[in-house]
Amino acid sequence: MTIQFNDETFRDDFTFRNSPEAIKRFPFPFHEDSYMYSVNLEPHVALKRPGSPFEFAFDVDEHYVSEMADRAKVLADDPLRCQSLPHMTLAGWDLVEYIMEAKARDYPDLFELHKDGDRWRWINKPLGIDDTFTFLDESTLPYGPMEYITRQTQGDFALLDQRDDNLWMDAGMVTTQADWSLDFDIGMNFFEWHAPVPKAHEMGIFVRALKFLLNLQQGAPVRRLNWTMTVNPLLDTSPENYHKWGEMKSKLTMDNIGEKQHLRVELQTLFRLPRSNAICFPIRCYLCSFNDLVSVPKWGRRLHRVIRDLPEELAEYKGFIANRPLMIEWLSQYDDGAPTSDGIFPDE
Amino acid sequence: MSAGTAKLNVTVAEVKPINELVTRFKFVRTGGGDLPTFSGGAHTVVEMEDGGQTRLNPYSLMSDPADRGAYMVSVRRDDEGRGGSLFMHNNVKEGMEMVISNPVNLFSLDLRAKKHLMLAGGIGITPFIAQMHQLSHTNGLFDLHYSVRTASLGSYAEELQAQYPNRVHVYHDDQDERINLEELLDTQPLGTHIYVCGPKGMIDWVHKTAEELGWPREAVHSEEFLAPASGQPFEVKLAQSNKVIQVGEHQSLLEALEANDVDAPYLCRGGACGQCETTVIECDGKLVHYDHWLTDEQREAGKLIMPCVSRFEGKTLVLDQ
Ligand code: FES
Repeated sequence: MTIQFNDETFRDDFTFRNSPEAIKRFPFPFHEDSYMYSVNLEPHVALKRPGSPFEFAFDVDEHYVSEMADRAKVLADDPLRCQSLPHMTLAGWDLVEYIMEAKARDYPDLFELHKDGDRWRWINKPLGIDDTFTFLDESTLPYGPMEYITRQTQGDFALLDQRDDNLWMDAGMVTTQADWSLDFDIGMNFFEWHAPVPKAHEMGIFVRALKFLLNLQQGAPVRRLNWTMTVNPLLDTSPENYHKWGEMKSKLTMDNIGEKQHLRVELQTLFRLPRSNAICFPIRCYLCSFNDLVSVPKWGRRLHRVIRDLPEELAEYKGFIANRPLMIEWLSQYDDGAPTSDGIFPDE
Repeated sequence: MSAGTAKLNVTVAEVKPINELVTRFKFVRTGGGDLPTFSGGAHTVVEMEDGGQTRLNPYSLMSDPADRGAYMVSVRRDDEGRGGSLFMHNNVKEGMEMVISNPVNLFSLDLRAKKHLMLAGGIGITPFIAQMHQLSHTNGLFDLHYSVRTASLGSYAEELQAQYPNRVHVYHDDQDERINLEELLDTQPLGTHIYVCGPKGMIDWVHKTAEELGWPREAVHSEEFLAPASGQPFEVKLAQSNKVIQVGEHQSLLEALEANDVDAPYLCRGGACGQCETTVIECDGKLVHYDHWLTDEQREAGKLIMPCVSRFEGKTLVLDQ
């Protein structure tokens, strides 16, 4: 299962591409021909479907090396995209342990972890890293533990401290995020980062969600898929950079939409970190152009129906209301009205 | 999805009497391999097959959280209780295979604290033993004040004093030694957090004293597992599963649900975590609340019950289950 890593960019000339294999394993988020907002958390158990992005705890794909290069660039421009309050160091070590053990187990040809008591040797072949360090001793790593391991792991990460019956966003690595800002949210609790304060009738949902998360059990991670639309395969659609990416949205035409418009899917997982009792919240982003999506006939049909029938306020909330008529017109070419099969995967 | 579903298969590696009342149990993974790491203060729920009845009791993990080879818990024998501790003392033998839950922590350290002040009473010592292990790996600052009935019933007191000289202070009831709480709290450095685990009276005393001395609520942490109380048998109608079930005298409502194949959520089974909260659809009688979870207003409203510890007296109870 050796992976051929792409050399590609997520900015400027946008050379990002999905190979035919990557298209087939794209986590298409619609299991039926319509979409309704729901919290839809399900156990993040390994799916016995080889090659699926749900096969392992941390999916590594052909974009890995280039995504990590993009992250390094974002951090060089804006170091505040990675922050960790002092009491979160142990949670950072939790993450080091969790990710290294998972990757070495799931991708033995790419990653190796050798432990000799507290002396650990970590080999990351795709990124050419071979480091030996002392577990729980920060001075033996080039960065803090969370930064060290998330510079080598796709997806944004938020680490949530649990105390006073609440969750606090006290550490994070956020360089590929759709529209929120770590620098703004750091140190906030669950209700503050969901501000503006939800209306009274929505409050119940928040209280239930918080209660669910406070009781999230070690060994029982959960996941959900979220989605939005991004013009050009841009990873860093942060509010800090809106001036750079916002205007791209106004440049779509019937001729270029298939190539430029991307469905952006976030695989969000939540798991309890054992040593610190914090919660880790990785948000992994997958991009797929409309051209590539419609190469799977089932997805072409379904995407058309979902976008066409989506309630106004959701299209507004997800930021593509202005381009929706164009999307529907273009996608309708790929919808012959035939029925589609249940579930998210392409027909064999 | 019901909580409490992430299970571990373990084998009893050692059963060691500590004193007249307390026995220590050591679990290793059945078939070998590492157990998950955990954080100091966590507990595990131990499943016991006791003569046709399944008992699930929570016990604090007392071993070093960094040691993935084995877990240890200590169980105090309660001759009056409903039998879980008696089962552990009388029936659990070395080599036996058991099922326990993944660790769950409802009593974790606040890692922002400049210092951790621990107050233990009796068997309440166990979560602190794991926390002290954890803190000593990271050079965290702590003091333990441990109140025991007599020297011979003071589980682990001597070992702890030897292991952490100057940081562990033991008080013997029979010698009229008492924690001087006010003075102790007054002399703590800024940024100290207080943790208390022990009998209910001790927990209330610490919360009250700290509050009177102006400690912020968030800086005082406590853990108390309630053993489900016994009481009059009662009948419950379950609206969702369309069943009528009987809750026995020495059975909790949660146990009765489980005995009738209802997949009810739980985590702590001690009225603390809120996971088992259940909606009351109809109640002609009196809900007898024993939990720490519901607020006074919620109790007054009578729309919720915590089946792991609370009971019912009266004619009809219908639950949304
Ligand atoms: S199971 Fe925790 S309160 Fe009932």
